[in-house]
Amino acid sequence: MSSFQGFSISEEEKDNHSKEIGGQVDTKEEINDYIAHHLKDAHDFHLFSYTSDSGERKHVGFSLPVIIWSSKGLVSFMSSEFHHDDAGHTIVEKNGLKFTKIHSKIYELDANATAVSFDDEHHATNAHKVLDFSITKSVFGILIAGLLMFLGFFSLAKGYKKGAIPTGIGRVLEPLVIYVRDEIARPNIGEKKYKKFMPYLLTVFFFIWILNLIGLTPLGFNVTGQIAITVCLALFTLVIYMTNGSKDFWAHTLWMPGVPYILRPVLAFLELVGFILIKPFSLLVRLFANITAGHSVVMGIAALMILLKAQFGTAGATGISFFLTLFLMVIEVLVAFLQAFIFTMLSALFIGMAVEEHDHAHDH
Amino acid sequence: MYNLIGAGLIVIGGGIGLGQIGGKAMEGIARQPEAAGKIQTAMIIIGALLEGLAFGALLLGK
Repeated sequence: MSSFQGFSISEEEKDNHSKEIGGQVDTKEEINDYIAHHLKDAHDFHLFSYTSDSGERKHVGFSLPVIIWSSKGLVSFMSSEFHHDDAGHTIVEKNGLKFTKIHSKIYELDANATAVSFDDEHHATNAHKVLDFSITKSVFGILIAGLLMFLGFFSLAKGYKKGAIPTGIGRVLEPLVIYVRDEIARPNIGEKKYKKFMPYLLTVFFFIWILNLIGLTPLGFNVTGQIAITVCLALFTLVIYMTNGSKDFWAHTLWMPGVPYILRPVLAFLELVGFILIKPFSLLVRLFANITAGHSVVMGIAALMILLKAQFGTAGATGISFFLTLFLMVIEVLVAFLQAFIFTMLSALFIGMAVEEHDHAHDH
Repeated sequence: MYNLIGAGLIVIGGGIGLGQIGGKAMEGIARQPEAAGKIQTAMIIIGALLEGLAFGALLLGK
């Protein structure tokens, strides 16, 4: 396993293939490719590329570890060994196995193959996908968010040992924690039971919020816009409200009192579909689509600077795109908070529905 | 082409829905300014539910 190489500037000649992802973009197709590439996860941390005066192509960023479970067990190496190749040209040999990267997916070549061959639909014919546990860009973003949360809340918790009033970063975090407790957890889950769910609600709120905000920096993270991440977050909420359902919740879901007997199985089916499929689906799609749409609109508006250059000149096009992008970024800061709030709010609402206990004083 | 028309229809529907929610919420706040906080929270939740529907439809159409 090679060591972590840190920040590096790798020098490579400009590829003759015109479709170099992350390179200079001029046309509408290249801009669309660039945006699509940004929205996806990547195996290396790429900040930007430029062409130096001598005509060399330089990529600025650092490589991240690739960890895969191949046919011979665990294999790991640095993503720099792929040399920014994403089309299956570069082949890395480790433990007698050959690996290559095609469209951000790592493939293991068959034993006697030396180069990847493609069929008509551009699927690799002599290579197969492997289980990928790599520290990708998104995983790296999650680690950063985790570290930030740990440092912030650790200092907040330590502050309470000295006195009731927190200092430093705690002054920012305490009102937010109280906001989540008083505006989200208490009214939706109820005074009696909200305490049990506070850790989850706080974690999910700050996790989404911090990652949304990191996504707005020029570092190029798009973590909450990965559908895998939002699916996992929605699954956590699903498991929590399904396992904490009260007796009344299950009675009302599976055998609704006060309804004709013929209708009860139909209602039970509808309720179950709603709780198991529709509610988590709406949670995960909302977060994913909002962040993805936000990122692609901001990048598209920023790309106006290239597209409008012919009509308005360099300064004019840059000015138009700068002010539109500024306007959108301000909205995105609001959306970053709003989506974290909505996810937490709806999670609390669903948990509240499940743990609620009815007083049977009134008849149904 | 057809999915673009579909996307347009979704946006029209979502726009009508959001307009209704926002307009009624403002009416409510104007009539009872002391309930502004509660109305706002409810407005955001219903807006989010609507948004979930609209985004779901957009993704299915894509």
